[in-house]
Amino acid sequence: MNIVIIGCGRVGAFLAGLLDEDGHAVTVVDLERVAFEHLPQSYKGNTLLGNGTDLDILRQAGIENAEALFALTQGDNRNLMGAQIAKEIFGVRRVIAKVNDPIRARLYRSQGLTTISRTTILGTLLHAMLAEDPVVGKTLMEKSLAHEERLSGGTPTPAKAGG
Amino acid sequence: MVAGGGEVGFHLGQALLEAGHEVMILENDRRRAQFIQEQLGSVVMTASADEGRAQIEAGCQRADAVIAVTGDDAKNLVICQLAKDHCHAQRVIARVNNPKNEIVFKALGIDETISSTRVLMGVIEQELPTGGFFPLMPLTGSHLELIEAEIAPDTPAAGKKVGELGLSAYGALIGGVVRRGEILHAHGDTPLQAGDRVIVFTPTAAEADVRRSLFG
Repeated sequence: MNIVIIGCGRVGAFLAGLLDEDGHAVTVVDLERVAFEHLPQSYKGNTLLGNGTDLDILRQAGIENAEALFALTQGDNRNLMGAQIAKEIFGVRRVIAKVNDPIRARLYRSQGLTTISRTTILGTLLHAMLAEDPVVGKTLMEKSLAHEERLSGGTPTPAKAGG
Repeated sequence: MVAGGGEVGFHLGQALLEAGHEVMILENDRRRAQFIQEQLGSVVMTASADEGRAQIEAGCQRADAVIAVTGDDAKNLVICQLAKDHCHAQRVIARVNNPKNEIVFKALGIDETISSTRVLMGVIEQELPTGGFFPLMPLTGSHLELIEAEIAPDTPAAGKKVGELGLSAYGALIGGVVRRGEILHAHGDTPLQAGDRVIVFTPTAAEADVRRSLFG
Protein backbone atom coordinates (compact mmCIF):
# COMPACT_ATOMS: atom_id res chain seq x y z
CA MET A 1 0.00 0.00 0.00
CA ASN A 2 1.25 3.54 -0.75
CA ILE A 3 1.04 5.56 2.45
CA VAL A 4 1.81 9.22 3.15
CA ILE A 5 2.51 10.42 6.69
CA ILE A 6 2.56 14.17 7.44
CA GLY A 7 4.68 14.98 10.47
CA CYS A 8 7.75 13.02 11.54
CA GLY A 9 7.58 13.59 15.29
CA ARG A 10 7.66 10.66 17.67
CA VAL A 11 4.25 9.31 16.65
CA GLY A 12 4.76 9.81 12.90
CA ALA A 13 8.21 8.21 12.96
CA PHE A 14 6.99 5.26 15.07
CA LEU A 15 4.09 4.56 12.72
CA ALA A 16 6.31 5.02 9.64
CA GLY A 17 8.69 2.41 11.07
CA LEU A 18 5.90 -0.10 11.69
CA LEU A 19 4.31 0.33 8.25
CA ASP A 20 7.68 0.17 6.54
CA GLU A 21 8.45 -3.11 8.31
CA ASP A 22 5.04 -4.41 7.22
CA GLY A 23 6.21 -3.87 3.63
CA HIS A 24 4.22 -0.75 2.70
CA ALA A 25 5.64 2.04 0.54
CA VAL A 26 5.83 4.90 3.04
CA THR A 27 6.66 8.58 2.48
CA VAL A 28 7.04 10.84 5.54
CA VAL A 29 6.79 14.62 5.12
CA ASP A 30 8.14 17.13 7.64
CA LEU A 31 9.14 20.79 7.66
CA GLU A 32 12.36 20.12 9.58
CA ARG A 33 15.15 17.86 8.44
CA VAL A 34 16.12 16.98 12.03
CA ALA A 35 12.66 15.43 12.52
CA PHE A 36 13.70 12.50 10.32
CA GLU A 37 16.17 11.52 13.04
CA HIS A 38 13.15 10.15 14.92
CA LEU A 39 12.83 7.38 12.32
CA PRO A 40 14.12 3.94 13.34
CA GLN A 41 17.45 2.94 11.79
CA SER A 42 15.78 0.12 9.89
CA TYR A 43 13.50 2.57 8.00
CA LYS A 44 13.83 2.14 4.22
CA GLY A 45 10.94 4.36 3.08
CA ASN A 46 11.03 7.88 1.65
CA THR A 47 11.37 11.20 3.41
CA LEU A 48 10.33 14.55 1.95
CA LEU A 49 11.21 17.99 3.33
CA GLY A 50 8.29 20.41 3.03
CA ASN A 51 4.92 21.62 4.25
CA GLY A 52 2.41 18.77 4.33
CA THR A 53 -0.51 21.13 3.74
CA ASP A 54 0.96 22.37 0.44
CA LEU A 55 -0.66 20.84 -2.66
CA ASP A 56 2.60 20.56 -4.58
CA ILE A 57 4.48 18.97 -1.70
CA LEU A 58 1.66 16.45 -1.26
CA ARG A 59 1.81 15.66 -4.97
CA GLN A 60 5.57 15.13 -4.67
CA ALA A 61 4.90 12.81 -1.76
CA GLY A 62 2.81 10.70 -4.13
CA ILE A 63 -0.61 11.51 -2.70
CA GLU A 64 -2.25 10.92 -6.07
CA ASN A 65 -1.42 7.23 -5.78
CA ALA A 66 -1.72 6.93 -2.03
CA GLU A 67 -4.25 4.61 -0.41
CA ALA A 68 -3.83 6.09 3.05
CA LEU A 69 -2.72 9.32 4.69
CA PHE A 70 -1.98 10.04 8.33
CA ALA A 71 -1.76 13.65 9.51
CA LEU A 72 0.40 13.57 12.64
CA THR A 73 2.10 16.94 13.05
CA GLN A 74 2.10 18.80 16.35
CA GLY A 75 -0.54 21.23 15.08
CA ASP A 76 -4.20 20.19 15.19
CA ASN A 77 -5.09 22.74 12.52
CA ARG A 78 -2.37 21.59 10.14
CA ASN A 79 -3.50 18.00 10.62
CA LEU A 80 -7.12 18.92 9.93
CA MET A 81 -6.12 20.84 6.81
CA GLY A 82 -3.79 18.13 5.47
CA ALA A 83 -6.35 15.41 6.11
CA GLN A 84 -9.17 17.34 4.43
CA ILE A 85 -6.99 18.05 1.38
CA ALA A 86 -6.18 14.35 1.11
CA LYS A 87 -9.82 13.30 1.47
CA GLU A 88 -11.68 16.00 -0.46
CA ILE A 89 -9.20 17.05 -3.14
CA PHE A 90 -7.17 13.91 -3.81
CA GLY A 91 -9.79 11.35 -2.83
CA VAL A 92 -7.48 9.31 -0.61
CA ARG A 93 -9.51 6.38 0.74
CA ARG A 94 -8.19 6.11 4.30
CA VAL A 95 -7.41 9.39 6.03
CA ILE A 96 -6.75 9.80 9.74
CA ALA A 97 -5.87 13.05 11.52
CA LYS A 98 -4.38 13.40 14.98
CA VAL A 99 -6.34 16.13 16.72
CA ASN A 100 -5.37 16.50 20.35
CA ASP A 101 -8.12 18.95 21.24
CA PRO A 102 -11.06 16.58 21.93
CA ILE A 103 -13.64 19.24 21.03
CA ARG A 104 -12.20 19.83 17.57
CA ALA A 105 -11.67 16.08 17.14
CA ARG A 106 -15.36 15.42 17.80
CA LEU A 107 -16.58 18.22 15.60
CA TYR A 108 -14.69 17.12 12.53
CA ARG A 109 -15.51 13.48 13.21
CA SER A 110 -19.19 14.35 13.11
CA GLN A 111 -18.56 15.66 9.61
CA GLY A 112 -17.06 12.43 8.40
CA LEU A 113 -13.35 12.96 8.97
CA THR A 114 -11.59 10.28 11.00
CA THR A 115 -9.89 12.04 13.87
CA ILE A 116 -8.05 10.60 16.80
CA SER A 117 -7.24 12.50 19.97
CA ARG A 118 -4.13 11.45 21.87
CA THR A 119 -5.68 13.01 24.94
CA THR A 120 -8.71 10.74 24.75
CA ILE A 121 -6.88 7.57 23.67
CA LEU A 122 -4.11 7.79 26.23
CA GLY A 123 -6.54 8.78 28.97
CA THR A 124 -8.77 5.82 28.09
CA LEU A 125 -5.83 3.41 28.09
CA LEU A 126 -4.62 4.58 31.51
CA HIS A 127 -8.16 4.34 32.85
CA ALA A 128 -8.45 0.78 31.50
CA MET A 129 -5.08 -0.24 32.92
CA LEU A 130 -6.07 0.83 36.39
CA ALA A 131 -9.34 -1.09 36.07
CA GLU A 132 -7.33 -4.12 34.76
CA ASP A 133 -9.58 -4.23 31.70
CA PRO A 134 -8.43 -7.41 29.90
CA VAL A 135 -9.03 -6.17 26.34
CA VAL A 136 -8.29 -2.45 26.27
CA GLY A 137 -5.72 -2.41 29.04
CA LYS A 138 -3.89 -5.69 28.59
CA THR A 139 -4.08 -6.40 24.85
CA LEU A 140 -3.25 -2.88 23.73
CA MET A 141 -0.40 -2.62 26.19
CA GLU A 142 1.04 -5.98 25.06
CA LYS A 143 0.78 -5.00 21.41
CA SER A 144 2.42 -1.63 22.09
CA LEU A 145 5.33 -3.23 23.92
CA ALA A 146 5.77 -5.76 21.10
CA HIS A 147 5.95 -2.93 18.56
CA GLU A 148 8.40 -1.07 20.72
CA GLU A 149 10.61 -4.15 20.84
CA ARG A 150 10.32 -4.66 17.07
CA LEU A 151 11.40 -1.13 16.22
CA SER A 152 14.29 -1.08 18.65
CA GLY A 153 16.04 -3.28 16.09
CA GLY A 154 16.12 -6.40 18.22
CA THR A 155 18.35 -4.83 20.87
CA PRO A 156 17.41 -6.39 24.17
CA THR A 157 15.52 -4.27 26.66
CA PRO A 158 18.00 -2.75 29.12
CA ALA A 159 18.07 -4.58 32.43
CA LYS A 160 16.15 -2.94 35.22
CA ALA A 161 18.29 -0.80 37.45
CA GLY A 162 19.06 -2.53 40.68
CA GLY A 163 17.34 -5.68 39.37
CA MET B 1 -15.66 39.14 14.46
CA VAL B 2 -12.01 39.44 13.54
CA ALA B 3 -9.92 36.35 14.33
CA GLY B 4 -6.28 37.27 14.88
CA GLY B 5 -4.98 40.57 16.22
CA GLY B 6 -1.72 40.83 14.32
CA GLU B 7 -0.95 43.79 12.07
CA VAL B 8 -3.74 42.88 9.64
CA GLY B 9 -6.32 42.12 12.33
CA PHE B 10 -5.51 45.24 14.35
CA HIS B 11 -5.75 47.66 11.43
CA LEU B 12 -8.78 45.89 9.99
CA GLY B 13 -10.50 46.13 13.36
CA GLN B 14 -9.64 49.82 13.61
CA ALA B 15 -10.95 50.53 10.11
CA LEU B 16 -14.18 48.62 10.78
CA LEU B 17 -14.71 50.56 14.02
CA GLU B 18 -14.13 53.85 12.23
CA ALA B 19 -16.71 52.78 9.66
CA GLY B 20 -19.21 52.39 12.49
CA HIS B 21 -19.28 48.59 12.79
CA GLU B 22 -19.44 46.64 16.00
CA VAL B 23 -16.18 44.68 16.24
CA MET B 24 -14.78 41.88 18.38
CA ILE B 25 -11.15 40.89 17.86
CA LEU B 26 -9.92 37.50 19.11
CA GLU B 27 -6.22 37.38 19.93
CA ASN B 28 -4.54 34.59 21.87
CA ASP B 29 -1.44 36.52 22.97
CA ARG B 30 -2.32 38.28 26.21
CA ARG B 31 0.15 41.13 25.76
CA ARG B 32 -0.92 41.79 22.20
CA ALA B 33 -4.56 41.75 23.31
CA GLN B 34 -3.73 44.28 26.02
CA PHE B 35 -2.11 46.56 23.46
CA ILE B 36 -5.19 46.35 21.24
CA GLN B 37 -7.43 47.14 24.20
CA GLU B 38 -5.35 50.20 25.04
CA GLN B 39 -5.54 51.39 21.45
CA LEU B 40 -9.09 50.51 20.46
CA GLY B 41 -11.01 49.97 23.69
CA SER B 42 -12.99 46.95 24.88
CA VAL B 43 -13.24 45.25 21.52
CA VAL B 44 -10.79 42.43 22.13
CA MET B 45 -10.98 39.03 23.78
CA THR B 46 -7.94 37.02 24.84
CA ALA B 47 -8.77 33.65 23.31
CA SER B 48 -7.71 31.32 20.57
CA ALA B 49 -10.15 31.74 17.71
CA ASP B 50 -9.69 28.15 16.51
CA GLU B 51 -11.63 26.90 19.54
CA GLY B 52 -15.37 26.57 19.22
CA ARG B 53 -16.01 27.71 22.77
CA ALA B 54 -14.08 30.97 22.26
CA GLN B 55 -16.03 31.68 19.10
CA ILE B 56 -19.34 31.24 20.88
CA GLU B 57 -18.21 33.46 23.79
CA ALA B 58 -17.21 36.11 21.27
CA GLY B 59 -20.74 36.08 19.85
CA CYS B 60 -19.91 34.37 16.58
CA GLN B 61 -23.56 33.38 15.96
CA ARG B 62 -24.70 36.98 16.04
CA ALA B 63 -21.88 38.25 13.84
CA ASP B 64 -22.63 39.43 10.33
CA ALA B 65 -19.18 38.24 9.31
CA VAL B 66 -16.30 36.23 10.72
CA ILE B 67 -12.97 37.24 9.21
CA ALA B 68 -9.92 35.06 9.86
CA VAL B 69 -6.71 37.01 9.32
CA THR B 70 -3.95 35.18 11.19
CA GLY B 71 -0.67 34.49 9.44
CA ASP B 72 -1.33 30.74 9.54
CA ASP B 73 -3.45 29.33 6.70
CA ALA B 74 -4.34 26.09 8.50
CA LYS B 75 -5.57 28.08 11.48
CA ASN B 76 -7.62 30.42 9.27
CA LEU B 77 -9.20 27.39 7.58
CA VAL B 78 -10.21 25.79 10.88
CA ILE B 79 -11.48 29.12 12.28
CA CYS B 80 -13.73 29.58 9.25
CA GLN B 81 -14.94 25.97 9.20
CA LEU B 82 -15.80 26.11 12.91
CA ALA B 83 -17.55 29.46 12.49
CA LYS B 84 -19.54 28.15 9.55
CA ASP B 85 -20.43 24.63 10.71
CA HIS B 86 -20.38 24.96 14.49
CA CYS B 87 -21.57 28.54 15.06
CA HIS B 88 -23.57 28.92 11.84
CA ALA B 89 -21.99 32.29 11.16
CA GLN B 90 -23.69 34.13 8.33
CA ARG B 91 -20.57 34.93 6.37
CA VAL B 92 -16.98 33.77 6.70
CA ILE B 93 -13.94 35.30 5.02
CA ALA B 94 -10.42 33.90 5.18
CA ARG B 95 -7.06 35.46 4.56
CA VAL B 96 -4.82 33.05 2.70
CA ASN B 97 -1.09 33.59 2.87
CA ASN B 98 -0.11 30.96 0.30
CA PRO B 99 -2.06 31.88 -2.89
CA LYS B 100 -2.31 28.20 -3.83
CA ASN B 101 -4.58 27.75 -0.82
CA GLU B 102 -7.39 29.78 -2.41
CA ILE B 103 -8.32 26.65 -4.36
CA VAL B 104 -7.93 24.47 -1.27
CA PHE B 105 -10.19 26.69 0.84
CA LYS B 106 -12.88 26.71 -1.88
CA ALA B 107 -12.76 22.92 -2.15
CA LEU B 108 -13.17 22.70 1.62
CA GLY B 109 -16.21 24.95 1.75
CA ILE B 110 -14.70 28.40 2.38
CA ASP B 111 -15.64 30.44 -0.68
CA GLU B 112 -14.51 33.92 0.26
CA THR B 113 -10.76 34.22 0.46
CA ILE B 114 -8.37 37.12 0.20
CA SER B 115 -4.81 36.46 -0.79
CA SER B 116 -2.53 39.34 0.20
CA THR B 117 0.04 38.05 -2.28
CA ARG B 118 -2.49 38.17 -5.09
CA VAL B 119 -3.74 41.64 -4.10
CA LEU B 120 -0.16 42.93 -4.12
CA MET B 121 0.49 41.28 -7.48
CA GLY B 122 -2.62 43.00 -8.82
CA VAL B 123 -1.41 46.38 -7.60
CA ILE B 124 2.06 45.84 -9.03
CA GLU B 125 0.69 44.67 -12.37
CA GLN B 126 -1.48 47.79 -12.58
CA GLU B 127 1.51 50.01 -11.80
CA LEU B 128 3.98 48.39 -14.14
CA PRO B 129 3.68 48.05 -17.89
CA THR B 130 2.89 44.36 -18.39
CA GLY B 131 1.84 44.31 -22.01
CA GLY B 132 -1.37 46.21 -21.26
CA PHE B 133 -3.01 43.40 -19.28
CA PHE B 134 -4.45 44.44 -15.91
CA PRO B 135 -6.37 42.15 -13.58
CA LEU B 136 -8.75 44.70 -12.02
CA MET B 137 -10.50 42.77 -9.28
CA PRO B 138 -11.86 39.38 -8.28
CA LEU B 139 -15.67 39.21 -8.16
CA THR B 140 -16.74 38.41 -4.62
CA GLY B 141 -18.22 34.99 -4.01
CA SER B 142 -17.30 33.55 -7.39
CA HIS B 143 -14.37 32.13 -9.31
CA LEU B 144 -14.51 35.10 -11.67
CA GLU B 145 -12.47 38.21 -12.12
CA LEU B 146 -12.48 41.40 -14.11
CA ILE B 147 -9.60 42.20 -16.43
CA GLU B 148 -8.72 45.26 -18.46
CA ALA B 149 -6.57 44.77 -21.55
CA GLU B 150 -5.23 47.28 -23.99
CA ILE B 151 -5.14 46.03 -27.56
CA ALA B 152 -1.66 46.63 -28.93
CA PRO B 153 -0.77 46.76 -32.65
CA ASP B 154 0.73 43.54 -34.02
CA THR B 155 -1.25 41.34 -31.64
CA PRO B 156 -3.73 38.67 -32.70
CA ALA B 157 -6.65 40.74 -31.39
CA ALA B 158 -5.98 43.93 -33.38
CA GLY B 159 -8.23 43.97 -36.46
CA LYS B 160 -10.26 40.95 -35.32
CA LYS B 161 -13.91 40.98 -34.38
CA VAL B 162 -14.84 40.26 -30.76
CA GLY B 163 -16.52 36.99 -31.74
CA GLU B 164 -13.40 35.77 -33.55
CA LEU B 165 -11.24 35.80 -30.42
CA GLY B 166 -12.81 32.57 -29.17
CA LEU B 167 -13.00 33.76 -25.55
CA SER B 168 -16.33 32.03 -25.00
CA ALA B 169 -14.50 28.71 -25.20
CA TYR B 170 -12.91 29.64 -21.86
CA GLY B 171 -16.16 30.90 -20.38
CA ALA B 172 -14.89 34.48 -20.72
CA LEU B 173 -16.83 37.44 -22.06
CA ILE B 174 -15.89 40.93 -23.27
CA GLY B 175 -18.22 43.24 -21.38
CA GLY B 176 -17.31 46.46 -23.12
CA VAL B 177 -14.81 48.24 -25.35
CA VAL B 178 -13.38 51.65 -24.51
CA ARG B 179 -12.27 53.56 -27.63
CA ARG B 180 -10.92 57.11 -27.27
CA GLY B 181 -12.71 57.46 -23.95
CA GLU B 182 -16.09 56.27 -25.25
CA ILE B 183 -17.80 53.05 -24.29
CA LEU B 184 -18.83 50.78 -27.17
CA HIS B 185 -21.21 47.85 -26.87
CA ALA B 186 -19.23 44.67 -27.48
CA HIS B 187 -21.11 42.49 -29.99
CA GLY B 188 -19.65 39.45 -31.66
CA ASP B 189 -19.07 41.50 -34.79
CA THR B 190 -17.55 44.58 -33.13
CA PRO B 191 -14.10 45.01 -34.73
CA LEU B 192 -11.22 45.72 -32.36
CA GLN B 193 -8.52 48.28 -33.11
CA ALA B 194 -5.10 48.92 -31.71
CA GLY B 195 -5.49 51.27 -28.73
CA ASP B 196 -8.90 49.89 -27.70
CA ARG B 197 -9.24 48.89 -24.06
CA VAL B 198 -11.43 45.87 -23.46
CA ILE B 199 -13.06 44.91 -20.18
CA VAL B 200 -13.19 41.12 -19.82
CA PHE B 201 -15.09 38.94 -17.36
CA THR B 202 -13.20 35.68 -17.01
CA PRO B 203 -12.97 32.63 -14.78
CA THR B 204 -9.78 33.14 -12.73
CA ALA B 205 -8.45 29.80 -13.95
CA ALA B 206 -8.71 30.95 -17.60
CA GLU B 207 -6.78 34.19 -17.13
CA ALA B 208 -3.71 32.86 -18.94
CA ASP B 209 -5.83 31.63 -21.88
CA VAL B 210 -7.50 35.02 -22.22
CA ARG B 211 -4.11 36.72 -22.17
CA ARG B 212 -2.90 34.40 -24.95
CA SER B 213 -6.00 35.01 -27.07
CA LEU B 214 -5.51 38.75 -26.87
CA PHE B 215 -1.74 39.01 -27.08
CA GLY B 216 -0.62 35.79 -28.76
